[in-house]
Amino acid sequence: MITVNGHRYEPDSALQERKLSDWLREDLVLTGVKIGCDIGVCGSCTVLVDGKARHSCKMLVKDAIGHEIITIEGISPKDGTLHPLQQAFVDAGAIQCGFCTPGMVLGALALLMVNHHPSRSEIRQALKGNICRCTGYQQIVDAVQNAARIMYPVPK
Amino acid sequence: MKPAFRNDAYAKVTGKAKYTDDYTMPQMLHAAPLHAELSCALIKSIDCAPALQSPGVVRIILAEDIPGQIKFGQIIRDYPTLVHKRIRSTGDVIALVVAESRAQALAALPLIKVQLQELKPILDTELAMSETAEPINPEHGSNVCNYHRVRSGDIQQGEETADIIIEQSFSTARIEHAYLETEAALAHLRPDGVIEVIGSMQHPFSTRRFVASTLGFPLKDVEVRSVPMGGGFGGKDDTAALVCARAALCAYLLNRPVKLTYSREMSMRESYKRHPYNMQYRMGVKRDGHITFVKVRMVADGGAYCSVTPWVTWRSTVQCCGCYEVPNVHCDVYGVYTNNVFSGAFRGFGSPQVNFAVEQLVEMAAGKLGMDEIDFRRLNMVKQGSTTITNQVLDTHKVSLKQVMDSVLKEIDYESKRARCSFGDPQQDKWYGIGLAISYRGMSLGAEGVDFNSAILNVQPDGSVLLETGVHENGQGSESAMIIIAAELLGLPVESIRYRQPSTSNIPDGGTTVASRGTLLGTGATTEAAKILKGIIAETLLSEYKLKAERYENSRILTKDGQIICSWEEAIKLCYSRQVYPYAFGVFQAPRVDWDEETGHGNAYFTWVYGCQAVELEVDPKSLKVTLLNMVAAHDVGKAINPPMVKGQFYGGMAMGAGYGLFEEVPLKDGGVIPTNLHQYRLMRATDLPEMTAIIVENPDPTSPSKAKGIGEPTLEITAPAIANAIYRATGKRYPDQPIKLRADR
Repeated sequence: MITVNGHRYEPDSALQERKLSDWLREDLVLTGVKIGCDIGVCGSCTVLVDGKARHSCKMLVKDAIGHEIITIEGISPKDGTLHPLQQAFVDAGAIQCGFCTPGMVLGALALLMVNHHPSRSEIRQALKGNICRCTGYQQIVDAVQNAARIMYPVPK
Repeated sequence: MKPAFRNDAYAKVTGKAKYTDDYTMPQMLHAAPLHAELSCALIKSIDCAPALQSPGVVRIILAEDIPGQIKFGQIIRDYPTLVHKRIRSTGDVIALVVAESRAQALAALPLIKVQLQELKPILDTELAMSETAEPINPEHGSNVCNYHRVRSGDIQQGEETADIIIEQSFSTARIEHAYLETEAALAHLRPDGVIEVIGSMQHPFSTRRFVASTLGFPLKDVEVRSVPMGGGFGGKDDTAALVCARAALCAYLLNRPVKLTYSREMSMRESYKRHPYNMQYRMGVKRDGHITFVKVRMVADGGAYCSVTPWVTWRSTVQCCGCYEVPNVHCDVYGVYTNNVFSGAFRGFGSPQVNFAVEQLVEMAAGKLGMDEIDFRRLNMVKQGSTTITNQVLDTHKVSLKQVMDSVLKEIDYESKRARCSFGDPQQDKWYGIGLAISYRGMSLGAEGVDFNSAILNVQPDGSVLLETGVHENGQGSESAMIIIAAELLGLPVESIRYRQPSTSNIPDGGTTVASRGTLLGTGATTEAAKILKGIIAETLLSEYKLKAERYENSRILTKDGQIICSWEEAIKLCYSRQVYPYAFGVFQAPRVDWDEETGHGNAYFTWVYGCQAVELEVDPKSLKVTLLNMVAAHDVGKAINPPMVKGQFYGGMAMGAGYGLFEEVPLKDGGVIPTNLHQYRLMRATDLPEMTAIIVENPDPTSPSKAKGIGEPTLEITAPAIANAIYRATGKRYPDQPIKLRADR
């Protein structure tokens, strides 16, 4: 049993040796999972596995059995609005070509779940595994910082 | 700052945005390319029989199956969509396997047996240029793909009047665009006989030419549609268009939709790189600091195919002396064919190489004179009304070089920090350095080619607006910039304007989104279209209300004195009821430029942008590791239409420029690319970069209808020399080769 964005799947044995990224993209049509290198160095295929950021191109379907997977499609509220972190990416100008964006958002979300008030260098460290060729990361770090302030306000 | 506006942000941040490989079609097949194993060889035989037996394989397509032209190219038609006889590069594609699934297509590739007769490749540019060298593209004759020059003043006199002469060779490496999305295409033959292609490419019209030529179709029978593209940086033209042409070829021959998605390995193997340059500079200066002459010879390795080498090297020619007034210039620039992986357009387009050299050279000259390098720059830099080395007078716009430099010097506190530089002091645990570089850059294509673009504003009966232009969104936010301009001019909220998904069948070719021209030409045409549209609306309102519409504000139309005539919606309703279409087709034609190949003189570009960047860094004397501490950039953008996205260009350009300075190179073996994937290619990561400061300088440009200039390329063309200059002040050593590899033994 694999849970993906709250839905349960029972992948049959023929599927188990497939890459998790391919299964998510092709069978579940979760194409927000992007393939940049397919060898686990660019971070475009990042998903959350039990809340931790993982490269889905480095996992097989069988590795995900018994775990909860969240893709970019699984983090926005059902009403079509954005998660505060997504909104922060939009507002900070952290999106250009957008290809790294899903992985970058999920990588940042994994960080914010364990560290509510990361410093800029902690954000950089957490996103080290996600390559962005467009933005120079500056506005991505801004976005994550702004999101942290909104998601976890410090009581005055 | 106001939140950023992007029309595509919601789709991208939710993962809903669909890039080429995210699309599928019923009955879709998958193709995979078979690349050549050698960089120079003759094909003796191709045996497809075993591969055809492989599960799922539908067909194997060879050059002889191409119904149209085998070879195409943007300037010289030398690139084979599939190789016929002669292999010139390890990026050459010999065959396409088409199968029911991608895995099946890939599995069959090694089963194609190709017999090659190995020939001796030519891998060195100087060897390639020698009289006795075998021509790599015999149709072209010589291996000199192109030659440009500048002859200004009297070089002899320049030599004679110089008090000090500096000679230095510089080299720059081949580098990878490393767009995160690899090349991909999906093609199908429509029932109406049109071959329709979506693809990851930065120029749908160029792609259409490649597809039409390969299939032997007239342009009207090929429709290329744009979908979001995962990065281009100049790299999604030739190769991306060829991938589209190959997918279209398969789809046409099999009459089923065919998708061709490149793996990173295929992309790095075949796609063109930034041109590596060898540059020999000789510069003379007087004791008072004036430059008396520059003599330079540059050789760019174009690789096996021409691509846009003549244009890339032309920009290097025009900008060979950096942003300085030099009375006597003798410049020779060669683009050369070799059997190396080919070179083509890359953000910067011939300027990063030259600036890497010149911005170090001027500091070396100042050093020899015992002069402050900033004073040296101030003395020699172009100013309002200056004449460039190609005899162009800079008087059509504000020459703001001093302004941008001063703003960076102030922001980073250059003068006081310079005093702290280590110069390799053995007593210090960490070596500190600060460095800077400046540039000017000719905007848009210049005398490279025709430079015009169109925009359509099509107002719907309910008042909502469809906008499109002939240039393509590369991810930088050009569509958003055009929406903002249209909204401003029409007095409407951005939400009421939709940028229509572009198609090559719906609007004329606006040229490629290169040369930092997307925003400039796109908003230029949008501004012209808005002017025409307002004329149509005003005429209709005048006949109805006898009032002259002059102001468009908050979805209302007003007279000059502020009298409200009617709402935008009422005006549009009126137009339709009067049988008048509120529809406008606007054209922006770039002002004339000219060029004389013989002398290297002319008004090369219709306007210029000015920039300055400074870098602070630290070097560990033991490990020689460089840590970037701070980067500051100021660029004159004319007008910042969408400031957060303008800053995004600054940051992204600096990041790429820093990678160029410190890490990036694509080493070759026997002409073939050694790194197979991104694990062997060092890209800037979030932890490699310092915090950056972007200073937007705005001097509205009279030659641009929207007053904006382009900024994509200026931002990366001076980061590497700024780093080189900072490393010099940290270590006391000059590094004339890019990427800069610190060595202890010098």
